[in-house]
Amino acid sequence: MLLDRDGLKADLYRRTVGHNESHVLVPLADIEATLAARAGNRGIGVEVANTTKVADLAPHLDSLALIAIAFPSFSDGRGFSIAKSLRNAGFRGTLRAVGPLIADQFAYALACGFDEVELPAESAARQPIEIWLAAARAFRATYQRNHNPAGASILDRRWAAKLGAAKLGAAE
Amino acid sequence: MSAPKQTPLPAILLANHLLDGDVVFFTPNGWSRDPREALVAEDRATAEALEAEGVAAFKRQEVVDAYLVDITRDSHGLPVPNHFRERFKVRGPSNRPDLGKQAEFV
Amino acid sequence: MYRYDEFDEAFVRDRVAQFRTQVERRLSGALTDDEFKPLRLKNGVYLQLHAYMLRIAVPYGTLSSRQLRQLALIGEKYDRGYGHFTTRQNLQFNWPKLRDVPEILDLLADVEMHCIQTSGNCIRNVTADQFAGVAADEVEDPRPVAELIRQWSSLHPEFDYLPRKFKIAVTGAQHDRAAILAHDIGLRVVMNAAGEIGYELMVGGGLGRTPMIGKVVREFVPKDQLLTYLEALMRVYNLEGRRDNKYKARVKILVHEIGIEEFRARVEAEFAMLDGPSIPADTEELARITAYFAPPAYEKLPAIIPAFEAAKRANPAFAAWVESNTFPHRAPGYTALTISLKPIGKAPGDATSEQMRVVADLAERYSHAEIRVTHHQNLVLPHVKQADIFALWQALGEAGLAEANVGLITDIISCPGLDYCALATARSIPIAQSLQKRFADLSRQRDIGPLNVKISGCINACGHHHVGHIGILGLEKRGEESYQITLGGDATENAAIGEILGPGIVAEEVPAAIERLVGVYLAHRKDGETFIEAVRRLGLAPFKAAFLQEAADAA
Ligand code: SF4
Repeated sequence: MLLDRDGLKADLYRRTVGHNESHVLVPLADIEATLAARAGNRGIGVEVANTTKVADLAPHLDSLALIAIAFPSFSDGRGFSIAKSLRNAGFRGTLRAVGPLIADQFAYALACGFDEVELPAESAARQPIEIWLAAARAFRATYQRNHNPAGASILDRRWAAKLGAAKLGAAE
Repeated sequence: MSAPKQTPLPAILLANHLLDGDVVFFTPNGWSRDPREALVAEDRATAEALEAEGVAAFKRQEVVDAYLVDITRDSHGLPVPNHFRERFKVRGPSNRPDLGKQAEFV
Repeated sequence: MYRYDEFDEAFVRDRVAQFRTQVERRLSGALTDDEFKPLRLKNGVYLQLHAYMLRIAVPYGTLSSRQLRQLALIGEKYDRGYGHFTTRQNLQFNWPKLRDVPEILDLLADVEMHCIQTSGNCIRNVTADQFAGVAADEVEDPRPVAELIRQWSSLHPEFDYLPRKFKIAVTGAQHDRAAILAHDIGLRVVMNAAGEIGYELMVGGGLGRTPMIGKVVREFVPKDQLLTYLEALMRVYNLEGRRDNKYKARVKILVHEIGIEEFRARVEAEFAMLDGPSIPADTEELARITAYFAPPAYEKLPAIIPAFEAAKRANPAFAAWVESNTFPHRAPGYTALTISLKPIGKAPGDATSEQMRVVADLAERYSHAEIRVTHHQNLVLPHVKQADIFALWQALGEAGLAEANVGLITDIISCPGLDYCALATARSIPIAQSLQKRFADLSRQRDIGPLNVKISGCINACGHHHVGHIGILGLEKRGEESYQITLGGDATENAAIGEILGPGIVAEEVPAAIERLVGVYLAHRKDGETFIEAVRRLGLAPFKAAFLQEAADAA
């Protein structure tokens, strides 16, 4: 099951490299060869373990359409930091979390820069899409400025509210 | 790989109730909070049946942490765990005799 | 004290609603037990031996009267009428039902409290010097920065699934009362040569299976860069901390394995890449938080109150209590007063709902409605007028709370041990009780002087035994409870890990063994020398000899 913040999603990417595939997902070891063979193809993704160093991906960030980061178990949170680091390094393509995440981690994944989650069938069977969408909205606002869109963190809203109140006061 | 350690017999099956947390025992009439009612497995077949009950009750979201505990019968024929950890689990905190099973089921 | 605004309030309310759905999903099978476990732990819910346990966060150990009353009510309504204050300045209830926890969380939210991240592999509740804002030896009150860290670390999307738990302690004082060197991060408010206030950060301290003393990772972090620096440090730990072995997953092991220089270099490299200004709170935000911690309006009082001095002269028991349980306050005529939760023969750190109400009332009457929890498992009324101390002492006495033993040998730190804890290998509370009874005589305690005894019921070391002057660790040996004694630990700025004196002994032998250690001290001490100072001067040998001698006799 593949989902993003809007709901279920069709997976265009194939993990087997065939000649006619437009969207391919290859291991890190094959990335240079794949990029060389398919120059100009914009649908190239790489799938990496959560032990991969961001520095090893850095040279390819502009050529990759998708980076899939494995979560071997939901309790292993390395993928969150890798995603955040990739965003900090300027990666603008799609970030996918692959593994048995739980719905309560969806908001975290999104906040760290992931766009989508690919779930194994077993966890998808237990956690239908409605649970994920509700979980993503569980909090009206959270504190971390660096993991919220500009202006959306509690710190920012707090000051916006203060300024708003001050303006109201001044207008009266 | 070595086989998982087998609990010596006789043994009882205890667990914690999922919603209450209280220690519960498998008895001839299902689960009970009263340690005196625990079904005592004297043979391997009964012990295995008990373990299967534990797994089934866990799957039904009734109990958690179900496991067999080897016991000795006291002078009244009631089961007493052989290990001190499980003795406290069956009785309650030793510094608070007014609380736990020891206060409720004497 | 900090007060929630509408955003903080919405946040804890959303958290309660979230936990409700988590319990529902556990019951429906949408969440497996393995998946639910970390979620309940991050809301403070443990499964102990007899029941669930709920650990409530007391951020940096500060409570209001209103909050303490609510805790008393929860204790009565959902528990067995008592709670347990812990070495992390939190409060634990021992008997709640999982089905009631959402309701309890609602009641906590009503008084601006929660259980967020009091357990689990995440950044835990921040602890602090219990005399923060009161102590004379303070550069600055560390509570505002502790509150800032609380907010920043609450549900941090990146750092909620760390390799292992992560504990932060803060102090603003010279003398370390918060055991910052025994934490994953210890933060000390300091002033640099230019007169600017910032933070010295220690990393990699911790107790447990492999006790270690924290090492300085950065001597000075400017105030406005703290959260950025923490974010860099946490990222290095999250990515590099070991996940292959639970016992090697704390940051102390990473720091130990790669060395503090390498660790520092990695953090600095990460820090250099971060867009500093986008992370931390604005200075206005820190100022907003700081304003809540403004000292109460103290009255102008003389430093010496004749009636108070006269009461001490007239009543030696009162004088003894004042001597051990009061701490000098910044404001003249005021005192910070410690209420011992170690009455002889009771479980250390336990308080009944009734006692909580008494303390809440007294705090309201005499201490600006403020209470502190200490990592020694005692309570503090931080702003008491000296003129009120006598009346307070009498009122505390009626509630069984006037034990004059703060800092003395019966002021024992003890974890719950096998009487409650599912992880325990032996009991702790009965050991504490037997020692208290052995040393109950107050004049003898006062003669022995300051001595910290700390007891843990397993190697996890929640009772801080490694840093007790005398540490006691409960283990299992051949199917029986066995106790390992350590000597020379210290939780202050002179932090040290105690050394094992010899083979484990059975519970019945513990009081006599401790007596022999005290005997060596009394025989060899110089004028004014405390127990720990004597241990440092004399070394382990004479104590070890006394400990082993008797063990040999007994064999
Ligand atoms: S030290 Fe061990 S026994 Fe004591 S509370 Fe911690 S985990 Fe439980």
